[in-house]
Amino acid sequence: MTRLRNASRVRVYKEEQDGRKNETGSGKTTLIRCMNGLIPQFYTGYYKGKVELWNGRNTVETPIADLSTEIGIVFQNPENQLIAMNVEHEIAFGLENLGIPIKEISKRIKESVSLTEIEHILDKAPFELSGGEQQRVAIASILVLEPKILILDEPTALLDPYMAKKIINLLNEIKNEKNITIIISEHRLDLLLPYTQEIILMKCGSVIEHGNCEKVINGKNFQTLSLNKPVIYSIFNILKNENLYYKNIPASIPEAVRSLK
Amino acid sequence: MTSEIPIIMMRDIDYIYPNGTEALKKINLNISKGELVGIMGKNGAGKTSLIRTLNGLIKPTQGNIYIENENISSKSIANLSEKVGIIFQNPFHQLFANSVEDEIKFSLKSISLDKEKIQIRTDHILNQFDLEKYRTRSPLNLSGGESKKLAIASIICRDPDIIVFDEPTLGQDAKEIEFFINLIKNERKRSKTIIIITHNIEFAYEYLPRTILMADGQIIADGPTKEVLNNEFLISNTSLVLPQIQQFYFALLEQGFQEVVDKMSKTEMINYLRNILKKRYSKI
Repeated sequence: MTRLRNASRVRVYKEEQDGRKNETGSGKTTLIRCMNGLIPQFYTGYYKGKVELWNGRNTVETPIADLSTEIGIVFQNPENQLIAMNVEHEIAFGLENLGIPIKEISKRIKESVSLTEIEHILDKAPFELSGGEQQRVAIASILVLEPKILILDEPTALLDPYMAKKIINLLNEIKNEKNITIIISEHRLDLLLPYTQEIILMKCGSVIEHGNCEKVINGKNFQTLSLNKPVIYSIFNILKNENLYYKNIPASIPEAVRSLK
Repeated sequence: MTSEIPIIMMRDIDYIYPNGTEALKKINLNISKGELVGIMGKNGAGKTSLIRTLNGLIKPTQGNIYIENENISSKSIANLSEKVGIIFQNPFHQLFANSVEDEIKFSLKSISLDKEKIQIRTDHILNQFDLEKYRTRSPLNLSGGESKKLAIASIICRDPDIIVFDEPTLGQDAKEIEFFINLIKNERKRSKTIIIITHNIEFAYEYLPRTILMADGQIIADGPTKEVLNNEFLISNTSLVLPQIQQFYFALLEQGFQEVVDKMSKTEMINYLRNILKKRYSKI
């Protein structure tokens, strides 16, 4: 499995207008921007530490363009990354820039378009699309680059529950089929936890825990952090506190049912 | 809190966008003063178009809308904005001032208050929304959750009678959602009418008494949230999913656990599991 090394030891500060240095939010988006070199190559500020990839490349010396074929990021707001006049051009844009042969371009477009189910909107302008459609186009336009690591910043934020579930299932399929690492920053934990192997918990710009899903969700940090815990989690947590339930708190409905058998 | 007098009445509303898309078809709707109502449905169902008609951002192609018994067809957006405050999904579509403080002040300037009152209300709202520490910061330098909070504050400060939220819990952590829940509780105590567009089923299931379900520009269901969101036929036609509690309950029934009710709430589920686990331990 590919992995980012030392990511948890990177500390990034965003330069404020008044010159003071301060951390914003919990730092999820900032950490993600460090992973593909946007920080420090595009966003300026005070930066210390090293992000090294599995192949020995680091994000300070490797140009962002080269990193983009290894690490693909789908941003929180798809409007920020869609620029072309129609969806098909949007998806082809990254590949054209990399000088990929036309035959290969159409093969890859076909594959990612069918995975994300956007065949019917290929000739539409990205700004005409609904939030959910835009999100799927953004994912397709990154998938065609065939990155080894796919990072998504709240990919389901704009989607209706059915489509959100579909996107998470799709990401799981992509992970299994293409054997790539997927890193997701997400508030909808009820959808994500059933598929998650590892969790990184962040608070005030620091990684406070990084471990396997079962261990993390049964730990103190997960309980005390202000996260949108799944309903299943909160129910079993109550039962555990009442000394009625002794096993690990389940991460999904099937696990919850199994634990009661 | 809720009175029977409808504060909003929609009669046979149709809306067709200039490109020919039929966004709203024969919408008939009553919302009472002080009510808390959810609007749900898949992307493109017409939810946002529906609320845009309330402050005149779009004018219905057919039909009439009455707010407090007054037909709003001839009213200006500025006029309607005093009564109806809409907080849009993407806060960056409504934030543009140089600082958090100026953002609130700009919003207050539109309701003809004098300078002193603007300052007093700005200070109060920054304090209420815990934004005091960001007073001089640019709205563009706030995190996603904080910018959402500012967008809400910049509308609430004008004290509109009808408050409409488009996806308020989106991108918010548990603490921020809790803040939002307390905010709507307080606004309801002040007899405000609140309409919330949301995809967040768990939030709707727990906090919204009434839900309107939309599909293809039409209202396909309107009633108590627990009834609407547990109707499998409706859910499958609107790209929603059953609430987690109900999914869990059905999964338990499939495994032979005892059926006790039709539709389960969170509290009922906790009691149900308590009984199962207590019986199990008493046997041991």
